[in-house]
Amino acid sequence: MQVELVRDRIDTQAITDRLKVGEDGAVTVFDGIVRNNTRGRQTLYLDYTAHESMALREMGELADEAIARFGVRDVAMVHRLGRLEIGETSILIAVASAHRGVTFAACRWLIDTLKKQVPIWKQEFFVDGAVWAPGEPFPAELQVVSSHGTP
Amino acid sequence: MAACQNRYAYGMRLRVLFFGVLRDRFGQEEQLQQFPGHTVADLLRYYRAVAPELDQLWGTLAVAVNQQYAAASLQLQQDDEVALLPPVSGGAGCVRKHAG
Repeated sequence: MQVELVRDRIDTQAITDRLKVGEDGAVTVFDGIVRNNTRGRQTLYLDYTAHESMALREMGELADEAIARFGVRDVAMVHRLGRLEIGETSILIAVASAHRGVTFAACRWLIDTLKKQVPIWKQEFFVDGAVWAPGEPFPAELQVVSSHGTP
Repeated sequence: MAACQNRYAYGMRLRVLFFGVLRDRFGQEEQLQQFPGHTVADLLRYYRAVAPELDQLWGTLAVAVNQQYAAASLQLQQDDEVALLPPVSGGAGCVRKHAG
């Protein structure tokens, strides 16, 4: 299992090659890249920051859960932090197993869950300023206020 | 509620970390030497009073205590690391609620 936060370019091919073993019949790869616009506004570059120790622990737990829940053989999950240019990989998720059905399902679940609960934030830089991306609402059980009344 | 187990006469020492949009207002972190409250909810109430202008953001946060997501009722301990977390936006691509 490879779970990492990195500051340099993510080498998709190397990570995928390292993951594969002879028993595998399928590797599903999600290669998340920086798009050149956000809601129609031209993006110059992005900057990712994380609560790093917590993000690593959360990513490790998600990888463990994917293996247990979907029965896949192994998972690689690498997120890049810092400044990223258009077209560069921000997140790579690769899932290997004997059959493709579970690798597609596990890969989809991993990116969807990561985007909701792994503590990483994206700041978007435009020609005329920067904004923190609004983010998806936390799942109700993680949000502090909603279930306990307004503090 | 198991309140008041961790009462410190002069408040407790906490390391508070800020992320995302909260960094624009509070910086990366702050050491509270004598926090007078007891729970995660108390700490949120404290910062909300400092920056009420952040408005509805306060209702969307999660809090992690020592790198674990925590409930509002969690009792804080001396020297805890408490992170205030706005909705996360890692991964890639657009946020779904704004897409399409």
